[in-house]
Amino acid sequence: MAMNGDEAVAYAVKQCDVDVVAAYPITPQTIIVEKFSEYVANGEVQTQYVCTESEHSAMTACLAAGATGARTFTASASAGLALMHEMLYVTSGSRVPVVMAIANRALSAPLNIHGDHSDSMAERDSGWIQLYAENAQEAYDSIIQAFKIGEDINVSLPVIVGIDGFTLSHTLERVDTLPDEVLRQFVGQRQYPLVVTHEGKTVPFKLDPANPMTMGPNALQNYYFEFKRQQEEGMKNAYKKIQDVNCEYAKLSGRSYGNGLIDPYKLDDAEIAIVVLGSTAGTLKVIVDQLRQEGIKAGVLRIRAFRPFPVDDIKNALKNVKVVAVMDKSMSPGGLGAAVFNEVRNALYDQSTRPIVVNYIFGLGGRDSSPRDLRKVFEDIIKIARTGQVEKTVNYLGLRE
Amino acid sequence: MTTQEWKFTAKDIATKPDLFMSGHRACAGCAPVTVLRLIMKATRGPTIVTQATGCMEIVGSIYPYTSWAVPWLHTAFENAAANASGIEAAIKIMRKKGKIKDEHIDVIALAGDGGTVDIGLQALSGAMERGHDFLFVLYDNEGYMNTGIQRSSSTPIGASTTTSPAGTVIPGKLEKKKPITEIMLAHEIEYVATATPYYWKDLITKVRKGLEVEGPAFLHVFAPCPRGWRSDPAKSMEYSKLSVETCVFPIWEAVNGKRQLSTPSKVISLAPQKKKPVKAYLEGQGRFRHLFTPQNSHILSEIQRTTDERWEKLLQKCASGAT
Repeated sequence: MAMNGDEAVAYAVKQCDVDVVAAYPITPQTIIVEKFSEYVANGEVQTQYVCTESEHSAMTACLAAGATGARTFTASASAGLALMHEMLYVTSGSRVPVVMAIANRALSAPLNIHGDHSDSMAERDSGWIQLYAENAQEAYDSIIQAFKIGEDINVSLPVIVGIDGFTLSHTLERVDTLPDEVLRQFVGQRQYPLVVTHEGKTVPFKLDPANPMTMGPNALQNYYFEFKRQQEEGMKNAYKKIQDVNCEYAKLSGRSYGNGLIDPYKLDDAEIAIVVLGSTAGTLKVIVDQLRQEGIKAGVLRIRAFRPFPVDDIKNALKNVKVVAVMDKSMSPGGLGAAVFNEVRNALYDQSTRPIVVNYIFGLGGRDSSPRDLRKVFEDIIKIARTGQVEKTVNYLGLRE
Repeated sequence: MTTQEWKFTAKDIATKPDLFMSGHRACAGCAPVTVLRLIMKATRGPTIVTQATGCMEIVGSIYPYTSWAVPWLHTAFENAAANASGIEAAIKIMRKKGKIKDEHIDVIALAGDGGTVDIGLQALSGAMERGHDFLFVLYDNEGYMNTGIQRSSSTPIGASTTTSPAGTVIPGKLEKKKPITEIMLAHEIEYVATATPYYWKDLITKVRKGLEVEGPAFLHVFAPCPRGWRSDPAKSMEYSKLSVETCVFPIWEAVNGKRQLSTPSKVISLAPQKKKPVKAYLEGQGRFRHLFTPQNSHILSEIQRTTDERWEKLLQKCASGAT
């Protein structure tokens, strides 16, 4: 089927037997909720669709519906995600596995509706699993996988699937879909972890009049810390679950994305490499092929799971690389480079031999990154590999300065 | 709403097990906590409660303890109505799909005045417009008491709070209390009412009516807070009563927009000589102490004037049968 990224997301949600969708429109996510509304209006899904009056209420309604036992989905971007910020922490802290598609978009000011990763990078510490798709096909596949990952009783965490605003959300691509019945079976019914209530009963973790439970309590100095630490266990389990689901899904569809966490391209013998999230990896792979023809040992490491951050996988993938450029579609004013760069360089620090790592901030506010721009990054790191000299650790690509 | 009114006796209420149980950590003399207990006496079957952040949320849910014998959810401050929306939506679809038992479940959202008239207003208005089937109960103690007695838009004119302190130049809060029930009535929902715990039977009846409505219902409950009002903890119920007798907080209900005074307020409308001056209610409350000085006597007059004005307007609305 020919679909853009947003439509691919909506179609995946349609096939996953979602109980409640609560959402609020925002560009470039809007097509998702529009398309899904059509499914509802035409009776193609059995879903309670709640058109909330804000993103804050959208996330709240998803969280509350999820706490009641429902499978829930929402979509957002940019300012909408920022408005949800408070509730993202509450959702992960309440261990409710909401799935959310983010059509990644710049944050104001100045106002800009185009793609970058500022919005979801600002939610790095919110306790959500974060997966980034490279194309519309992966957007479709990742949404399906997200329900299976987040709802795993040993994970019980919400999942963001990021798709690059406009580049993926609005661009028509070929997307292979799986039959409804196959997916229903693959995703299955939502399962609930068993917990012990105040009455001493072991029951499924949800609001149920037959088994009263206090959810979202007030935990003070004596308990709060343990609650937060348990979220880290959920993330550790997600690290494994993402890989398992990637394998299971490959059997079903013939498609897989690296090991689910990272997607390396021609890295085995690479001397230079670029690390990136999302759709930019597609262009970079073409450039790598060109460079390889020119006899340059270049590679790409696409990080698919930004949370949980696959530290060991990244270490291993980059172990023979001399120079790494990490490309960030967000920035941290006043910091040493941006989010992905920070994480990658941090992961490599413990290595006895480690590559030189530089940062390229690019594409903010939807600024186009042409193959020529991207090639320049490779050329820069070739030079660094040759000379061992780093002129600037943090660089801005495609910017008038 | 069912046509047959629910009848109950004091014994029914006394013998019904508490669904909001003892052991909570509310202050002595706290009227809101009495309100919670009374509300839960009105339930008619499976019920889920959701609460906004606030005094009444924290006192009953300090982990690993709970005062709630029903399923209960708290998520944040400004979103009790959005919680209720999500719970109601989930119940509706999961019943339809056979994922949960096919039985009616009532949903009650509780919030204080901050969580209703200020930060919670947007989510509340949205939920009312969408028509979710739930009862929203505002327990109004006229300020942000949980954070240390700050002014809300439900704080009455003249009250001294920590963010509207009575100073040498400014004599406490200068603005009138936001008329939240008028805003709720403007949403054209089936049931809107006011109540206060002194008239406990009236309160319980109204909660039940709100639950029986198919669609959203709103109940505004006036609930004295001795800490925030700097009043005698032993007199919370007395202030609850005086608020009605002085017409500071008349009690009424509007079914499908038709407004009717409830008995204690109706008595005053029929015998206006029974209406007490607002001073009777204000004096004794530390938050109004500064008004009882010669330089601030004009504010006392202003409170009396605005109280009379709102009461007269209410009488007209009740007489015309309009909202």
